[in-house]
Amino acid sequence: MLGWGVDFLRAEMNRLLALLFHQGVLDEQFLQLQQLQDESSPNFVSEVITIYFSESEKLLRNLRMLLMDRELSDYKKMEIHLNQMMGSSSSIGAKRVRNVCVAFRAASEQSNHAGCLRALELLEHEYCYLKNKLHELFQIEQQRALASGVRYPAQHD
Amino acid sequence: MARNGVASWRRRSSDQSDDPSPCGSEDVHVLAVDDSLVDRKVIEHLLKISSCKVTAVDSGIRALQFLGLDEEKAAGDFNGLKVDLIITDYCMPGMTGYELLKKIKESSALREIPVVIMSSENVLARIDRCLEEGAEDFIVKPVKLSDVKRLRDFMTRDVGDRVRSDGEGTTHKRKLQESSDVSSSSPSVSSASSSSSSSSSLPTTPSRSPSPSPSVSLSEPSSPSPSTGSSGPCSPSSLESPTRRLKMTSCCD
Repeated sequence: MLGWGVDFLRAEMNRLLALLFHQGVLDEQFLQLQQLQDESSPNFVSEVITIYFSESEKLLRNLRMLLMDRELSDYKKMEIHLNQMMGSSSSIGAKRVRNVCVAFRAASEQSNHAGCLRALELLEHEYCYLKNKLHELFQIEQQRALASGVRYPAQHD
Repeated sequence: MARNGVASWRRRSSDQSDDPSPCGSEDVHVLAVDDSLVDRKVIEHLLKISSCKVTAVDSGIRALQFLGLDEEKAAGDFNGLKVDLIITDYCMPGMTGYELLKKIKESSALREIPVVIMSSENVLARIDRCLEEGAEDFIVKPVKLSDVKRLRDFMTRDVGDRVRSDGEGTTHKRKLQESSDVSSSSPSVSSASSSSSSSSSLPTTPSRSPSPSPSVSLSEPSSPSPSTGSSGPCSPSSLESPTRRLKMTSCCD
């Protein structure tokens, strides 16, 4: 077993996680998700996160489309999308993304088009950052799984 | 994790060996309703880990269809799988969780099934409204394992009560409506209502730690009186604290 490799990678993962926590990008709900992962569902976190990514990108696209029409911006619809994004972000522990959604929604409630645009840009930025960091995390995790070999069973009964 | 919970749950269910209900057997069957795929996946997993059978649907309408209560089919046209608990998101397009709750409580076939509402918003008026309509509990998202464990513990006890009262069901169902004030951060609340509970005490600090078992409030002697509104010793300010879950207690008389 490549003991040193596993330890190093675990440390890398913890360091990245600590950073993300410190930055407020993730909160303890993310840890809760990790705790739900076990031998019978070894890919739970990455499955949920993958769904989160695809759902979020749909929502972001919809939001951008809604904002492109300055005249008839459908704020009600925006709020629906935002609520969805807020909900799913909080479910995976994406704290900063969620907070931007809150601010975005406030702008939408005031029918503040410029404010919404700014919020959308910030939201896209935060989402991108989150996505990149989570991908990094999963890559380290995959490497660690490979390095440790017997850490995860090849098949579970 | 939830493994401890399984052992104690089974111990309790053995008291009801003659109980024909599903809780006497292995699994509690939960119907989860949420339009968010992410949330459905998470709640499904939380429930499975807590030894529950789960059916997850994405809307109130589908939930009603599953329960055999939609316009096309006659009520009582059950699909055969008895549902022991319904947990639904509040904010959903089309039929909201609140509307779903109302429909379920209006149905003679379904009103006995406990309904739990989830919401990412901690709004007292919303919580009150749901509890007044007969929701057993209101969970602020994100839902955690401790929330699900608490629900499952409540379910076991609840079904036991139901069986012992020969299926009347109304006694325990409305217990939580005695008070609409919700706080898990007020010490006075905890001392008042933990008398008949043998399980964990209420947290006195606003925190995200596991919340107390709902048996605290459920085991209060029930008077099926409707909710009296937001009166009582629980101060509104306690709700601004980061309590994740608003605890139903019988703190007002």
